Amino acid sequence: MNLSEFFAMGGYGFYVWGSYGVTALCLIVEVALLMRRKRTLLQRLGRMSRVTSTEVKNEIQT
Amino acid sequence: MTSLTAAFRCIVARDITLALRRRADVLTTLFFFVIVVSLFPLGVGPEMATLRIMAPGVVWVAALLASMLALERMFYGDYRDGTLEQMLLTPQPLPVLVLGKVFAHWLVSGLPLVLIAPLLGVQYDLPPEGLLILALSLLVGTPVLSLIGAIGAALTLGVRGGGVLVSLLVLPLYIPVLIFGAGAVDASMSGLGAQAHLSLLGAFLLGALILAPWAAAAALRISME
Amino acid sequence: MAKKINWFKYSSPQTFYPLAGKMIPWFAVAALLFTLPGLYFSFFVAPPDYQQGEAYRIMFIHVPAAWMSMFIYMVMAGYAGMGLVLNSRLSSMMASALAPTGAMFTFLALWTGSLWGKPMWGAWWVWDARLTSELILLFLYIGFMSLYAAIDEPRRAARASAVLALVGVVNIPIIYFSVKWWNTLHQGSSITASKGPTMAASMFIAMMLMAMAFWMYTIAVALMRVRCEILERERHAEWVAEAMRGAK
Repeated sequence: MNLSEFFAMGGYGFYVWGSYGVTALCLIVEVALLMRRKRTLLQRLGRMSRVTSTEVKNEIQT
Repeated sequence: MTSLTAAFRCIVARDITLALRRRADVLTTLFFFVIVVSLFPLGVGPEMATLRIMAPGVVWVAALLASMLALERMFYGDYRDGTLEQMLLTPQPLPVLVLGKVFAHWLVSGLPLVLIAPLLGVQYDLPPEGLLILALSLLVGTPVLSLIGAIGAALTLGVRGGGVLVSLLVLPLYIPVLIFGAGAVDASMSGLGAQAHLSLLGAFLLGALILAPWAAAAALRISME
Repeated sequence: MAKKINWFKYSSPQTFYPLAGKMIPWFAVAALLFTLPGLYFSFFVAPPDYQQGEAYRIMFIHVPAAWMSMFIYMVMAGYAGMGLVLNSRLSSMMASALAPTGAMFTFLALWTGSLWGKPMWGAWWVWDARLTSELILLFLYIGFMSLYAAIDEPRRAARASAVLALVGVVNIPIIYFSVKWWNTLHQGSSITASKGPTMAASMFIAMMLMAMAFWMYTIAVALMRVRCEILERERHAEWVAEAMRGAK
């Protein structure tokens, strides 16, 4: 079986690859979105913790 | 036991009195139902043969939408003026009170739909037997809608965008009632007899009577915390 | 007694957060390890169907996706119920972490079903009992997620959506049964679902491998999402602040 025959899927290429492609896309996008959500969350929390710790420091100094 | 029935009767009487003081609200639901049903022939054309086939589905979908629109009123008034909070504190079990409120709500928003439905069926040229089964299926089915709707109304109490949200929650759960309600009329018109459909609707009603007040009471407690 | 303490230890978000972090790579790797042979079996080992040709290969993701959509709803409702009864925060967070993935698999089951249906039935959408129930399941997921999102207070959101999930679970069999009844009554207008080809062993293996891959993927993704959820809800807690300071 050569490659173009494999991709043609006996004339059903559009349907088969449409299914598998969209499935793969959905799974990858979900993981990517979650990774981004985590990253921004950690950044925000990190900023928050730095802000509060400098506030505490200022309070101690003054 | 007597205190339970007394509490139930008291709630029903109170809610009906309140509803009758605001008759416009009751009429709005009814007119909504009438208008939606009357719009369909304008959309699909006046051929009687088509209309007769569509009639059960159209009337039932309109009944679903109308009873859903009325849901917001079920608990909201009591929620806003603090009566609901008092109800949660009474010694009577909350599911019984909820059942009373649902029954009163059905009397003012569901029963009128049942009574006017045969008139709308005439618009669609339904045979007399079809009209009877239509009214019967609505009589058994609309209380189920009110009972399931009570859960949705209790869950969305005081939530922003509650009116649209409740439709998302409740309409998928209405589907079995729609299928068997409209199916009953279809079956009777095609000569199969509507008994099986009507008894299944009755079974839904029993199940909803047993389960829905508890779920709605739990939802009310969550919303009032 | 010792066992009980252990159980409660891992059911607190604070201890679960690092544990979940350690588990995610394992499940991700497992998902990959099932996907590769799963794809190999579905494209190279399983023979073409004598009736449907190559198009039936969509089945290897369609059926597992449909299974997942239903399993996830059950598991989600189980967690939601646990959160409601035991009042444990972690369970309700798990429930809300599963919902988007479940909705995604429902969508994928519909999408692949439609793409499979077009060459087989000649229409993108057929009001077949299974497709219709899957569509209604998608509505139930959407209802759950929108109720959860509409309530600002996390505790009330979790408990309210838990009640909805439980009501949904009671209703799903009724909905499925009535849609099936409806479908058989209106047989004239629709074509019955093709039963699927009689399964050769290699087809069965391919489907099972893909189902396992989806399971592992779901667990990994749900753990990722529950970690985000924990951080968001507990951002004012001492341990989060401490962990942040430790990280910097």
